[in-house]
Amino acid sequence: MSILKRSKSATKAGAHATSQRKWAIGFLIAAVLIWVFYTYVMVHLPDGIQTVVQNWFPPTSLNEALVWVICALGLNIVVGYAGLLDLGFVAFWAIGGYSAGWFMSAFFTQVNFRVFTTAAKALPGIHISFWGVIFIGGLICAFFGIIIGAPTLRLKSDYLALVTLGFGEIIPQVFTNGSNIGGFNLTNGTQGISPVDNIGVPGKSLGPFDFSWKFFIFVFLTAFMVFISLRLRTGRLGRAWLAIREDELAASMMGVPLMRTKLSAYAVGAFSGGIGGVAFATHVNGVFADRFNFSISIILLAMVVLGGMGNVWGVMVGALLIAWINSTGLPAFGDLVNNTFHTTINFPSYNFLLFGGVLVLMMLFKREGLIPESRLKAILHESDDTSTNVGGSH
Amino acid sequence: MSILAAGYQGRLDRRRYFERTLGTLAALGILYWLGINFAKSPSQFFQASLIGLSNGVLYALIALGYTLVYGIIELINFAHGDLFMLGAVFSANFMSIWFGKNHSGVVGWGFFFACLLAVMTFCGGLNVVIERFAYRRLRRAPKLAPLITAVGVSFILQFIGLRWNGSGQKTWNSMLPKGAIEISNVKIPYTTILSFVITVPLLLLMSWIVTRTRQGKAMRATAQDQDAARLMGINVNRTISFTFALGGALAGAAGLLFQQTRGLTSYNLGYQLGLIAFTSAVMGGIGNLQGAVLGALLIGLIQGLNDGLPIGLGQQWSQTVVFSILILLMAFKPTGLLGKTVTEKV
Repeated sequence: MSILKRSKSATKAGAHATSQRKWAIGFLIAAVLIWVFYTYVMVHLPDGIQTVVQNWFPPTSLNEALVWVICALGLNIVVGYAGLLDLGFVAFWAIGGYSAGWFMSAFFTQVNFRVFTTAAKALPGIHISFWGVIFIGGLICAFFGIIIGAPTLRLKSDYLALVTLGFGEIIPQVFTNGSNIGGFNLTNGTQGISPVDNIGVPGKSLGPFDFSWKFFIFVFLTAFMVFISLRLRTGRLGRAWLAIREDELAASMMGVPLMRTKLSAYAVGAFSGGIGGVAFATHVNGVFADRFNFSISIILLAMVVLGGMGNVWGVMVGALLIAWINSTGLPAFGDLVNNTFHTTINFPSYNFLLFGGVLVLMMLFKREGLIPESRLKAILHESDDTSTNVGGSH
Repeated sequence: MSILAAGYQGRLDRRRYFERTLGTLAALGILYWLGINFAKSPSQFFQASLIGLSNGVLYALIALGYTLVYGIIELINFAHGDLFMLGAVFSANFMSIWFGKNHSGVVGWGFFFACLLAVMTFCGGLNVVIERFAYRRLRRAPKLAPLITAVGVSFILQFIGLRWNGSGQKTWNSMLPKGAIEISNVKIPYTTILSFVITVPLLLLMSWIVTRTRQGKAMRATAQDQDAARLMGINVNRTISFTFALGGALAGAAGLLFQQTRGLTSYNLGYQLGLIAFTSAVMGGIGNLQGAVLGALLIGLIQGLNDGLPIGLGQQWSQTVVFSILILLMAFKPTGLLGKTVTEKV
């Protein structure tokens, strides 16, 4: 309750309300415009333009990008708001994905359990509605976030990064080797779990290829994450996170309960990782253990850093940009260059350079990101002004 | 007041008691596991330990780079593992492609040592360049900034490795003599013996540099207090560069040893090995040189035993075992085995 408590000042609350209405309307208009373009306008366009759009902005990569946005917004709460570096975010994505694999597929043939599902009656396994699995996946992730956070949050920030990184290594390995845990097939090993159930909405059942309708569901989930991020940011908990990010010691002296505040950052971040994982599983129609590697954690971090740590819109822009470059932009650009100049450069292999370069250059020259958050900008540069001793608690 | 204090003391005691009991139980479990394995097949036990230890010396060379850099500027140099990978790729190219040496022999041996010098210079130099352009500007920035930069540098180094070595694994011939000494079913390969023969002097040399030379004294002073060191006339930037060079050189040597003993290179080698080496450094107490070596040998041994023993989790759980140890250590003893508890100054 206190988490969502509004700011006390009346004028401030009014300002928040209008700005929130504004973003919601803008967001909805953008989503509807994109949807209308893909469903109605594109089919009437000349073939040449259709091919260009299919090559450069295919609807499937749009949906995938939204999954990245959801996860990046979650990481933003941990890294951007609370200032805790998490290098193992892929673990939550994986756990979310496997929640979808477990609770909305025919994988567990031993049981037959169904709740509000559109799956065929004859199909064994656990079938829970997509909307239920989203919450289950999110809660499992939040639970793991607390498990990993609780004993380690006493540590200094860089040690914490290492522990999360180790966690991000362990979880995918458990899923990879999970086909035989004491004789029990938990995860189906490297083959993964596929297919997962369709998404049930009133009057429809959205399969893996219903891109345009699923787009709306993903937009809705993204909007939900944006809403949570913005509301928490202005609330009591959000202000406590920012205080911790800026000076942990001072915050604890002011009565901010360090442990609980940090853990809630982890839990909320992990929750959104779970949502993203479930959404991604329905997007690719299955979960596959070998997809969950370290580079996902780093790409998410690059999204947050590029966009602007702590700024929801910045992170969203960064995530859309990098997800697009990663999935279609770079290969499409490579094809264009190779076809024009008759070269055979393998552009997708420049991924490493690109993401590494983004991280290094942003940290060196524009630490606050493309769309900076005003408070963070001030902190990140305060030490540049003075050359006195700042080796303290930062 | 005194009641409150007593309550706090009691909670602390209970916590310590809990941790100690847990530690004892874990130790007993491990001893039991080792015992039944030893009873089952002593020769396999020794073989697995030997393989583990020979990995351990390799980890020690890499772990020292982490611990040196952390000791002096409190930065977890994520890119260090990838530096090691570039060292391995460099050595492979140096021996097999640039000089076309494919056989063991006196000439091959000569080139081996020439390559040792070359790769140490290469990696040391590269590390200095990285420090100069990526980390130096961020020395006074909040901690998150250099850490993220280090992750970025690690990706860039992996990219170089990818372009240089190709996306797959490459196998190479070794200059080192093949064959093994066999003592009652336990095979001791010559390569294992040689990696000890090469590593131990390097470790001694490093320890001599840090504890006995003028430059080493400057390093320790800088680690303690940069500003005070500067006031005493120590060139802090040069000292930090020197530390990076030293750590890089050791990583280069490790790269050559890895390439020659395993005979393979791949661009993503550095990530896994780097993490394991970092775990070793933490296990021994980061910033502590002897600790890093001890931790590395222990981690190597644990990994070797887990992979090689008849009753064990097996190789596919190797990473999980190592990282679980890392997490448990962080949770219960973040200072490591030989590290000292430091109270934070405000």
